[in-house]
Amino acid sequence: MIKKFDKKDEESGSGSNPFQHLEKSAVLQEARIFNETPINPRRCLHILTKIIYLLNQGEHFGTTEATEAFFAMTRLFQSNDQTLRRMCYLTIKEMANISEDVIIVTSSLTKDMTGKEDVYRGPAIRALCRITDTTMLQAIERYMKQAIVDKVPSVSSSALVSSLHMVKGSYDVVKRWVNEAQEAASSDNIMVQYHALGLLYHLRKNDRLAVTKMLNKFTKSGLKSPFAYCMLIRIASKLLDETEGGHDSPLFDFIESCLRNKNEMVVYEAASAIVHMPNCTARELAPAVSVLQLFCSSPKAALRYAAVRTLNKVAMKHPSAVTACNLDLENLITDSNRSIATLAITTLLKTGSESSVDRLMKQISSFVSEISDEFKVVVVQAISALCQKYPRKHSVMMNFLSNMLRDDGGFEYKRAIVDCIISIIEENPESKETGLAHLCEFIEDCEHTVLATKILHLLGKEGPRTPQPSKYIRFIFNRVVLESEAVRAAAVSALAKFGAQNDDLLPSVLVLMQRCMMDSDDEVRDRATFYMNVLQQKQKALNAAYIFNGLSVSVPGLEKSLHQYTLEPSEKPFDMKSVPLATAPITEQKTEMAPVATSKLPEKLAPSRQDIYQEQLAAIPEFQGLGPLFKSSEPVQLTEAETEYVVRCIKHTFIRHMVFQFDCTNTLNDQLLQKVVVQMEPSESYEVIHYVPAANLPYSQPGSCYTLVQLPEDDPTAVSCTFSCTLKYLVRDCDPNTGEPDDDGYDDEYVLEDLEVTVADHIQKVLKPNFGAAWEEVGDEFEKEETFALASVRTLDEAVGNIVSFLGMQPCERSDKVPENKNSHVLFLAGVFRGGHDALVRARLALADGVTMQVTVRSGDETVVDIILASVG
Amino acid sequence: MHHGRERVSEEGARRGGGGGGEEARVPEPEVNSQLSTSTQRAAAAPSAPAMDSTSPEPSLYTVKALFILDNDGNRLLSKYYDLELYPSMKEQKNFEKNVFNKTHKADNEIAFLEGLTIVYKSSIDLFFFVVGSAQENELMLMSVLNCLFDSISQILRKNVERRCLLDNMDGVFLVVDEIIDGGVILECDPQQVLQKVNYRQVTESGYGFVLFDYITGSEEAQGQRSQMP
Repeated sequence: MIKKFDKKDEESGSGSNPFQHLEKSAVLQEARIFNETPINPRRCLHILTKIIYLLNQGEHFGTTEATEAFFAMTRLFQSNDQTLRRMCYLTIKEMANISEDVIIVTSSLTKDMTGKEDVYRGPAIRALCRITDTTMLQAIERYMKQAIVDKVPSVSSSALVSSLHMVKGSYDVVKRWVNEAQEAASSDNIMVQYHALGLLYHLRKNDRLAVTKMLNKFTKSGLKSPFAYCMLIRIASKLLDETEGGHDSPLFDFIESCLRNKNEMVVYEAASAIVHMPNCTARELAPAVSVLQLFCSSPKAALRYAAVRTLNKVAMKHPSAVTACNLDLENLITDSNRSIATLAITTLLKTGSESSVDRLMKQISSFVSEISDEFKVVVVQAISALCQKYPRKHSVMMNFLSNMLRDDGGFEYKRAIVDCIISIIEENPESKETGLAHLCEFIEDCEHTVLATKILHLLGKEGPRTPQPSKYIRFIFNRVVLESEAVRAAAVSALAKFGAQNDDLLPSVLVLMQRCMMDSDDEVRDRATFYMNVLQQKQKALNAAYIFNGLSVSVPGLEKSLHQYTLEPSEKPFDMKSVPLATAPITEQKTEMAPVATSKLPEKLAPSRQDIYQEQLAAIPEFQGLGPLFKSSEPVQLTEAETEYVVRCIKHTFIRHMVFQFDCTNTLNDQLLQKVVVQMEPSESYEVIHYVPAANLPYSQPGSCYTLVQLPEDDPTAVSCTFSCTLKYLVRDCDPNTGEPDDDGYDDEYVLEDLEVTVADHIQKVLKPNFGAAWEEVGDEFEKEETFALASVRTLDEAVGNIVSFLGMQPCERSDKVPENKNSHVLFLAGVFRGGHDALVRARLALADGVTMQVTVRSGDETVVDIILASVG
Repeated sequence: MHHGRERVSEEGARRGGGGGGEEARVPEPEVNSQLSTSTQRAAAAPSAPAMDSTSPEPSLYTVKALFILDNDGNRLLSKYYDLELYPSMKEQKNFEKNVFNKTHKADNEIAFLEGLTIVYKSSIDLFFFVVGSAQENELMLMSVLNCLFDSISQILRKNVERRCLLDNMDGVFLVVDEIIDGGVILECDPQQVLQKVNYRQVTESGYGFVLFDYITGSEEAQGQRSQMP
């Protein structure tokens, strides 16, 4: 016996884990002593601890054994040992989902929650609510209401927090407790106050008026709890954001006043809220930035981290606002917490001067391997921004990036680097070959399919136009031999582009293509066969249409049209022109600079904005039979921002009609508008066919009305028109508090600004990745050319901007970027005119006194050429 | 059961939406290469969300997870309050391993991993972690961590080390239960927590008790022996 004890003593002294070799079955066996009389609290306590420990380790309990243990445990309620009882509550919560019939303990818990022992009451409420559903909740509703306003803080807090958890499942019951929660909110206890505020907000968050009232009350009366203050700041900033309230609003004043709170947590929350507000001016940011500056020298790492992370955010939009903190940030670049150091350096890269770049880059390379991927991405983002700001630094950056590309790292990190390199290539033509070489090296050993296909696509686009295209062929064909299906298919597409562009490479490409036709994957084989046949024709127009410039239709739209076609089979062949075009084409100039913030590829091709409009319009019976939606414009404001009624218009163009969608908001809380329409008077021979009114327009709830207009049939060149617009409606006055309207109303009207329809509304942007090929494809049958003098324009940039926005066409080959210090420039624009004809514009610009512009237009249809030329003049 | 589900999905959407008001644009290859995108997506799935944050949603659900690990990175206690964060035990333990590997070497107090803000603290052979979303107020998380650490430190009478913690596991479970309820900060003042838990340490004189029980031949001591073979 004694020996046995010695052994146990040794074990316990050596720091081993008393729970290490627990066997679930042994523990459940032990749990039988729960049934012994009298109850031995210490042993039972120990066994319950073991059960909870096992559950916490992820041990699986079957329903039967769990239920058995649970029922045995219920007997322990007979003991009055405090810790044992508390562990029973924990066991109930842990087992609530794995044991059956847990509601057996309802009455014991109800007894504890209403009993005399204050220590039991709070935890009992929380355990009870964990096992209660909506129907049972009604039975204990009375107790819950009492508990919320109980004078013991732990009881009140427990009831409030449990209610909050139950809002999701039993909103209708919990919302009846709003008065009790209101009472609890004025409690002296800081946690009760916080929990009550949280519950009140969750119950009222969909009622903006109630939230506003609540905010007014609490911001005036003041709170004790710093947590509650943080919550209030978040509610206020959300409300500001939703109501687009100006920064002179009392809510903004409240947030700003919190910058002077004595608790750091509140000060930081307020500073962060101000920084995250859209459209903050530098002056409004200044007080927030100065408190963050103070935090930078805090001894607490978390506070330094929070401050520098927020400053980094400010520096993205307002680098000048952060320059005042440069000295403090300099002190942080050697911080032992590498996250803080990284953020400090990347912030400095955004705010500092060109001369400091080399030094900072050197500093960061010394520890880049120590930081986590998330921060590496931040570094890459900073580099990407730098390259835009200081194009001359691109060789330093490119070197740094290629080193980073060789290191280990996850997908997100590698993608950020690849995106950054691609954007450098596109911004700086002289870096193209180095960049492509780095990327070629990278795909030799790249585990990420998405990146490999992306790079192959880029090689196909850029490679054929470099001085030595043949050197890329090896890298591309290696992929065909070594990689997965998706990469092989992308490699085949890239190869085809080399064959189409470079005649001397064509024979070798055809040989390689022949091999790909024997690939084991059907997609790869199909592509190879298809490209092989196109290439063998040796026709430029075919190459342009099928190899360089792919389809420009919207993929969901194509799917829908094809489905429709199969439902109603007809003799007529399927017409590609009836498919809506892809909106938001992959804009060359922006894509690569998009922040690396995208966290996941969408599960499905998200429907574009235009697809959504198409759905919405198709649901209105008056608009059926208009054909596919061709283009939807950006919203045009027809009122000032701060007027009684706010109206904006979206112009939807169809083949022979236009639908004007008016999104109206009524900002008067004492009026209900009904039968709202916008009456339109056209200046040209456009004909208004139909008005679809918005039936009701209550306060602050946006509604839409529509006007259908027929385009002039006899004069296809009449593409521009001015409409004078008037908002007409029936007003019913109503009580601002209840929203209850009077019985009768009166007609009224409100004059809106004029609405312009221009040539841009008839042309959809389409990106032609290879403009030259597309130009040849359309041919010069209907080519027309004219020269214009733009006297009022002073720079080439301005001229380019004007033409692009006026015609609403897509700039290709990055020709919308005018190189510095040049006196002439060529702009390439591509689009599709209403009806489905490609329209291409080449504008040669020369800068002398003003800008002289020679415009050449090509299209498959003569009218289109005339319309475009006429509208430019 | 129903803790904070709604908020999670909102957050997921916002994460996906990226930050800074800029459109979350996926740089896509040409239409052609989309024909075989299913494989591409599979490869892209496990990606870290960005740390570029939007402003936090007003909510009491502050803490996403809390855990205590030993100096080998093994779990001693873990609570995941956001059920959609790491739904399976395997994902949870992977996350804990990852966090441990990235943090245990330097006592840096705060880290950002897998799109989450993590504050931490260590003592001898124990590591305490509190996890919140990227948007969360770091100081709020710190106040939770400090309260957890101070409360446990008092329960263990300043012996914040693994063995002592395991000997008082019941007290530790109760402390955690009083600080966080389903992701909501229930109490943040260590004195209040201790008062509510009202826990008396039993093991400091543990051997004495055992010996005493043995000498007096009490039934309980015999039971103790049989459960610890």
